[in-house]
Amino acid sequence: MKAIVCIKQTPSTTAVFSVENGNVNWDDPGGKPNVLNPWDEYAVEEAIRLQEAHGGDVLALTVGPESSQEALKTCLAMGCSEAILVSDDTFAGSDTLGTARVLAAAIRQAGDVQIALFGKQAIDGDTGQTIVQTAQKLGWTPLTFVAQIKEFDPAAGTITVDRLLEEGRETVTAQLPVVISVVKEINEPRYPSFMGIRKANRATIPVLSAADLQVDGGVGASASKADWSNVYAPPPRETSVEIIEADTVEEQARILVDHLFEEKVI
Amino acid sequence: MSGVWVWIEHRDGEMKAIGQEMLGAGRGIADNLGQPLVALILGQDVANIATLAFDLGADAVIGCDDTSLADFRVEAYGPLIGQLARERGSSALLFGATTRGRDLAAWVAAELDAGLVPDGIGLKVENGTLVVTRPVYTGKLLADAFVTSSPQIISLRGRAFPPAESMGKSGQAEWVQPAVSEDDLTTRIIGFESSEGTVSLNDATIIVSGGRGVGGPEGFQPVQELADVLGGAMGASRAAVDAGWIPYEYQVGQTGKTVSPDLYIACGISGAIQHQAGMRTAKVVVAINKDPDAPIFKLASYGIVGDLFKIVPALSAEFRKRLG
Repeated sequence: MKAIVCIKQTPSTTAVFSVENGNVNWDDPGGKPNVLNPWDEYAVEEAIRLQEAHGGDVLALTVGPESSQEALKTCLAMGCSEAILVSDDTFAGSDTLGTARVLAAAIRQAGDVQIALFGKQAIDGDTGQTIVQTAQKLGWTPLTFVAQIKEFDPAAGTITVDRLLEEGRETVTAQLPVVISVVKEINEPRYPSFMGIRKANRATIPVLSAADLQVDGGVGASASKADWSNVYAPPPRETSVEIIEADTVEEQARILVDHLFEEKVI
Repeated sequence: MSGVWVWIEHRDGEMKAIGQEMLGAGRGIADNLGQPLVALILGQDVANIATLAFDLGADAVIGCDDTSLADFRVEAYGPLIGQLARERGSSALLFGATTRGRDLAAWVAAELDAGLVPDGIGLKVENGTLVVTRPVYTGKLLADAFVTSSPQIISLRGRAFPPAESMGKSGQAEWVQPAVSEDDLTTRIIGFESSEGTVSLNDATIIVSGGRGVGGPEGFQPVQELADVLGGAMGASRAAVDAGWIPYEYQVGQTGKTVSPDLYIACGISGAIQHQAGMRTAKVVVAINKDPDAPIFKLASYGIVGDLFKIVPALSAEFRKRLG
């Protein structure tokens, strides 16, 4: 079996942002401003579990700047067998479709992949659109919001999953190869082992450039068909809290309920 | 290229609220651009949905009624919408940013090699261009983004736009054939387990959520009771989900659901920035917490400092009295 897990390095969940002249900057009070996208941890874990059950290789793949090696090292430390960084100045500024084209080219080049796994979305752009677009460019079936892989049979070429939708859980069966995105419910990501961290730190991660891939269609800022340049801090919430105090909880409840009726939210 | 197209989501023979909201948002754009509003209705036995779309303001309906479309499958729906857009041209394609709508918008954009801005919470038209306001970095920042190609493909969040109202219109839908035959589809929906009886967090106008302060699985009982009295949905913070007190589908926040109710009552939730990312667009937030310094009070309109196990039942009793 060969699985590819597509990951992204993102700002940490506790990062504090500022915008100056349209440039987004961030820092983290905990001192680790960039992390493996938290949603991707579940995808990495699920890919490793597939490998543990079926043998074969799990390749971690990202498209991004050189610094994204750090996130790939986390994947290696968790147990991925290989990591590949795709990095090229001409890829910078791609929209989701451009990124999907590059990922599809890298997945095709890896050869004989049965399943590509993604986290539900990346916590920076928060679009969650690259998954389906990568599948469309590969001509593979997308299965999004997967909460459980119920059956995975690389020999028969089939997969059955539960997807978490607004109204409940849908069970779907599909033919491999597939692109899936996973939600948090699917597993509990492992912590990297000490040996894993040592191995990851010693690893040399191969870097592929545009010249190494046959990307089909436009990529980079010039091909992007969406303009995201106007980013700004949200206006502060115009509320100051009214703390309700009274002698009894019944009285507090009565006052609060009065307010909520006045607000017309009941 | 002309026409503002909206994809109408429906389930079990009924148009979903998000479908009505897309018709409402689409009507505004169509009027602004001076173009017809076209509703796309795909499924099986959907004639009534088409009738309702006309009533809610659609100028035209393009429908496809086929067994292969009975279940939503993006690889059946996507190519058909792609083909229609290629053949007839549309200036804008709108989707609700639901699990299905997001998948479909992404597929159609990939198929048309078109730009896409997903997940809008605000929308305006500037010189024919749809400018979409959407949260980025899990709501810590906002972006005003737009598509630079045609058609402009966007998806819009639920409960961010008012639903279309009945205009008493009617019309004749145009029915087309599916683009992909069942034989060429490799996915099968083989089961569905609905989260029945519970109000969906995404659609709820009132949400009552519990966090670490509820102390255990049984601590959600008064929280659920208040949600039930108000006809609302119950939610939870990550801390409560991670502790195993309540299943993941209840989680509100950065790694859970993003909700936008009229009223959000946070019980025993400290309000970490990750939780705020999932509920900061609620109209009115009520915080109930032992700790007067909990960050949730900074986001709240009303707060009560104290024991949630006394306050929440008192609120249920008071609401029961008023609501009869």
